[in-house]
Amino acid sequence: MELLRFATAGSVDDGKSTLIGRLLLDSKQIFEDQLVAVERTSRDKGFDYTNLALLTDGLRAEREQGITIDVAYRYFATPTRKFIIADTPGHVQYTRNMVTGASTADLALILIDARKGVVEQSRRHSVIASLLQVRHLVLCVNKMDLVDYEQSVFDRITSEFSEWAGKLDITDLAFIPVSALHGDNVTQHSPNLTWYGGPTLLHHLEHLYIGSDRNLIDARFPVQWVVRPMSDKWHDYRGYAGKVAGGIFRPGDEVLVLPSGLISTISSIDLYGGSVHEAMPPNSVTIRLADDIDISRGDMLCRPQNAPTVTQELDAMICWFNEKPLQEKGKYALKHTTRSVRAMVRDLHYCLDVNTLHRDETTGTLMMNDMGRVSLRVTAPLFVDEYRRNRTTGSFILIDEGTNETVGAGMILGTGD
Amino acid sequence: MTDIAISHLDELEAESIHIMREVAAEFERPVLLFSGGKDSAVMLRIAEKAFWPARIPFPLMHVDTGHNFDEVIDYRDRRAAELGVDLVVASVQASIDSGRVTEDKGPKATRNRLQSVTLLDAIEEHGFDSVFGGGRRDEDKARAKERVYSFRDEFGQWDPKNQRPELWSLYNGRHKQGEHIRVFPISNWTEMDVWQYIARESVELPSIYYAHRRQVLRRDGMLIALTDFVTPLPDEEVEELLVRFRTVGDATCTGAVESPAATPDEVIVEVAASRITERGATRADDKFADAAMEDRKKEGYF
Repeated sequence: MELLRFATAGSVDDGKSTLIGRLLLDSKQIFEDQLVAVERTSRDKGFDYTNLALLTDGLRAEREQGITIDVAYRYFATPTRKFIIADTPGHVQYTRNMVTGASTADLALILIDARKGVVEQSRRHSVIASLLQVRHLVLCVNKMDLVDYEQSVFDRITSEFSEWAGKLDITDLAFIPVSALHGDNVTQHSPNLTWYGGPTLLHHLEHLYIGSDRNLIDARFPVQWVVRPMSDKWHDYRGYAGKVAGGIFRPGDEVLVLPSGLISTISSIDLYGGSVHEAMPPNSVTIRLADDIDISRGDMLCRPQNAPTVTQELDAMICWFNEKPLQEKGKYALKHTTRSVRAMVRDLHYCLDVNTLHRDETTGTLMMNDMGRVSLRVTAPLFVDEYRRNRTTGSFILIDEGTNETVGAGMILGTGD
Repeated sequence: MTDIAISHLDELEAESIHIMREVAAEFERPVLLFSGGKDSAVMLRIAEKAFWPARIPFPLMHVDTGHNFDEVIDYRDRRAAELGVDLVVASVQASIDSGRVTEDKGPKATRNRLQSVTLLDAIEEHGFDSVFGGGRRDEDKARAKERVYSFRDEFGQWDPKNQRPELWSLYNGRHKQGEHIRVFPISNWTEMDVWQYIARESVELPSIYYAHRRQVLRRDGMLIALTDFVTPLPDEEVEELLVRFRTVGDATCTGAVESPAATPDEVIVEVAASRITERGATRADDKFADAAMEDRKKEGYF
């Protein structure tokens, strides 16, 4: 069974929680005790229907305010796939949550209220999905029941959104008309939408092809940990543990070790009790080499003829998360793969308006939830790829050295020269 | 031939191994909470895999309420010995004896909630800076919003409104003296994933997870095992039934379910057909309030 991770986003009241509640309920993931609790709360609050949104609003403050304030992860499975949903709030001030949810997603699901059409938040969410390189985008036009299931409404929204999406880096875009409240087209085809010939939302999620989304070309293996048992049985064992970040590794392959530049051959790829004949994303394995080379955490194995860029200069798109704004010339701790360094912001080129794609080049700071392009200089070389090419070797986080908070996330655009 | 399709269990396992290695590499003193329950048994197997053929590079810790099932304690001690790792037992009874906590009175009193104090005291005493827990996000609405690396301040508290953003697989474990990070390597697993993994990997569990005959009484809609720590109330009838446990915790508040399932595969069939969540069915402690788990977590609970 394959795993599909998707992020959902939507504005307040566009029915996102209801849609997720519906997906969980119709795929039989909601248990009786959960449903009973929700029915009881719905009655207490005076609703005349069971408010499925209550299934997902987890924190006390959220229930009190009737909004979702943090990324929540949900799980469901059908006979064909297991799904992990990163359910992210839609309000302006929580863009950081959408970025967080999108960072690991294969697919982004954006909700649009059929009555309101494409609004600022729909555009913002699609821009974020595109910047985070989420490969697949699904636009659910919800509340079709409130526009009498009119095809013209759906057609107008799809054409307007398609035009906008043309400016973005999105390869796969699907549109699905639904009513989350009534369950139309969520897991079952709806008699109210006979003009729509496409799949239901669930069918689309189950059958979308994600096999080629992984990078199986560029071999990248950041070393996390050196395995040295120092026991009688494994006296001379020395293996490099990590999670494959790209490409396929096999015993016998020649590898280049960064930063030393030494070349060796893979003698064995081990996994608990034995060896395997190959390793690729997302496998976690332990690699042994034929030669005795000094390798430690933070080093990277790649191929002599296909190596990442070794650099101390980064050109990156940053999303800022903290109330204390990003400052030009500011210094931060930076974590990239298994390497931790310090970084200085050399230049803030522009702040990107994620609603209009306008670039504001006059700004000197990035405020919370802003995105912008920066040049950074780091204290030690990093082994990087463009984020478009590799989400693992192309991403990093920035940490405030005083408070230890994660204050920013970066996607590498190049090696700034 | 390259086998391109990766099963969900392989992907979940690889993610969990990655998390464990990150913690081992970046923290001074990690510890793994091991109760003998199925989630901690899965965590332990993942830890074995992450560092094989070397030993697990951190100790195990059990927060012991004193209300245990013998089968679980035997299993706990045996697994620790087999793997050659240290086992720290933090005792709730000791916390009660020293006056750190006061036990609730009455026949339905449970020590589950007291564990938080014992746990935090043990973390401080041993200087642990990272604590692996077997929490899963599918267990509860509050857990659904918790990070894999969950920051705790010097009082051990979780602040749900002020969590660090967590992106890609880049975890921020930085903390100051006295603070620590709770790490949940199987955050993304569901109860079904856990059972499928137990079946696939032949992970051994305490025998009480499988069908056995036991004397139980019905209390608050649950089947509570008759043990030295549970006294039947006048209107409660003791009966012997074929049961198994879906979770393992304090014996006074962990309920059994009637079941003939004697193997992991038979349990999987039951889990697939189950209409009640595992906590709803078998944990009295989560029934207090809609926000019971959130409140306990803020106090420092697992």
